[in-house]
Amino acid sequence: MAGIPHDHYEPKSGGEKWLHSRLPIVGLLYDTLFIPTPKNLNWMWIWGIVLTFTLVMQIATGVVLVMHYTPHVDMAFASVEHIMRDVNGGHMIRYFHQNGASLFFVAVYLHMFRSLYYGSYKAPREVTWVIGILMFLLMMGTAFMGYVLPWGQMSFHGTAVITGLFGAIPFIGEAIQTWLLGASAVGQPALNRFFSLHYLLPFVLLGLTIVHIWAFHTTGNNNPTGVEVRRTSKEEAQKDTLPFWPYFVIKDLFALAIILAVFMAIVGFMPNYLGHPDNYIPANPLATPSHIVPEWYFLPFYAILRAFTADVWVVMLVDWISFGIIDAKFFGVLAMFGAIIVMALAPWLDTSSVRSGRYRPMFKWWFALLVVDFIVLMWVGAMPAEGIYPYISLIGSAYWFGYFLILLPLLGVIEKPTTPPSTIEADFNDHYGDTAVKGGAAAPTPAE
Amino acid sequence: MTGGGPPVIQSDPAIGRPTNGDARPMSHTDDTQGTRRDFIYYATAGAGAVVTGAAVWPLVNQMNPSADVRALASIQVDVSGVDEGTQLTVLWQGKPVFIRYRTAEEIEAARAVDVDSLPDPMAENANLTNATAPATDENRSLSEDGSWLVQMGVCTHLGCVPLGEQGDFGGWFCPCHGSHYDTAGRIRKGPAPRNLPIPVASFVDETTIQLG
Repeated sequence: MAGIPHDHYEPKSGGEKWLHSRLPIVGLLYDTLFIPTPKNLNWMWIWGIVLTFTLVMQIATGVVLVMHYTPHVDMAFASVEHIMRDVNGGHMIRYFHQNGASLFFVAVYLHMFRSLYYGSYKAPREVTWVIGILMFLLMMGTAFMGYVLPWGQMSFHGTAVITGLFGAIPFIGEAIQTWLLGASAVGQPALNRFFSLHYLLPFVLLGLTIVHIWAFHTTGNNNPTGVEVRRTSKEEAQKDTLPFWPYFVIKDLFALAIILAVFMAIVGFMPNYLGHPDNYIPANPLATPSHIVPEWYFLPFYAILRAFTADVWVVMLVDWISFGIIDAKFFGVLAMFGAIIVMALAPWLDTSSVRSGRYRPMFKWWFALLVVDFIVLMWVGAMPAEGIYPYISLIGSAYWFGYFLILLPLLGVIEKPTTPPSTIEADFNDHYGDTAVKGGAAAPTPAE
Repeated sequence: MTGGGPPVIQSDPAIGRPTNGDARPMSHTDDTQGTRRDFIYYATAGAGAVVTGAAVWPLVNQMNPSADVRALASIQVDVSGVDEGTQLTVLWQGKPVFIRYRTAEEIEAARAVDVDSLPDPMAENANLTNATAPATDENRSLSEDGSWLVQMGVCTHLGCVPLGEQGDFGGWFCPCHGSHYDTAGRIRKGPAPRNLPIPVASFVDETTIQLG
């Protein structure tokens, strides 16, 4: 692999040489595991490992759940109860899987906001970022389809609402909705295909995970300074980096242990805290639950979906310009997907010459406001769409788009960034002193 | 590659030598092979695209409603047990249908409304041949006297099931996002864009309604 100069795998024994000349798989694993990694990575660089672990956990628990689950409208709910009551240890496996979705989204949101703050999305890591956004979309689709499978009230009516979003597309919307559902309404065809896709998509995610890692192993990791690793020689690169194994693996596993301790506590003591009691009522097409709310991890985008009602002037303007083709309902759908698309465009919208938010005095505050905005949207998405709440979601949505479409391009022009350290080594030594580094190759040369 | 079309074998202007008609010209390989290759290239790509499309289409189309789903397109409902002022909800094509025996007050309230003031002035009635018929109560009720109203129980906003005898207009109210429908099922307030649609329905006899 291209990138930071480092020692490559050299087969030594006869057997290793024999295999290496036929399939260089050991070399691939070696180079991946010993990849030079900036030595100043902070605790926000642990979420990738958490996400990889969670994906594997979800696949493992999911595969065994399928051994007991029946994707049929008359039996799905009962088969989930069968898992909860009869299958040996089934309730714990299901609670792991159910809360695993929440762990997944906690980690992915922290991972994404990390990238947004430290400018990890900026050149040359745009491809890593765009693949990441694709994975985020796939994750949302997978989580939604998994939520449908227990066939409770929220599963059923949530599906009606979400597929109804596609029905809002002008002219072809209804045909698309019918095609997605396999009928004019939610029923057996929808349950069956969602089950099929819920099983398939995690493996697509696994494939994209490898591509995602491949991409940032080619460019090298970003780091809190946003300063690139020096690459002119192996010796210089070694002053800025440490091998991934064992330094970062041990650190990441330590963080994972702490996160899993919290996760276990939730799974063990409050497994339904993040869910909705309505989903323990079997699906009934004739009665909608009084308050349909998606799971917490969809709430910010749900709030954006609901923010644009027909009485908002932007919506009225677009409606008028498009001769009524883009009505309020479709506008809301466009806004929801647009909120994710503007994130994907961040590498090209951000005009600043400095990568890390640490050295951008104005950006810092606007970024903090974006995080607050995200939390406010999450809160308001859970509230009924009446009173003051629609106004709050409208302001929140406006800021979300304003941040990406106005602030990111503008700040690069008007802001005067402070000077980042010249090297990662300098940043590291500022924090830990140049005596902190021990151990062979990583030791800095005596200087000054 | 220089353009498509069938291979030119009758003459070869590049060489300026007439062909003898019954055989290929004795030209250099790069004179005629370019056009011949082009033809094969485009033909293969075209055939490949057609074959790919033909192979993918069944994979896409299998997701459309299957024959048994389409076969349930029509049902008959016995409404002899429905009293005045009550509503029967039946499942038709997987969706709830409201069959309401309206009271005189409800009919009166529905007929007193000025159609032009409605958010959706269309009748949204599948039984009418005129797709742009105004949303008068007469255009929406099933029977002449207006006592029977048959409509889909699916909110036109995002597909929730509205609750009967509720809301600001005494008709239906959707609990999901607060849409109010009047006693003729017309949207009056809230985010829903259209009136509750009226499915194809008719009285088979005095007490039986056929849907679809």
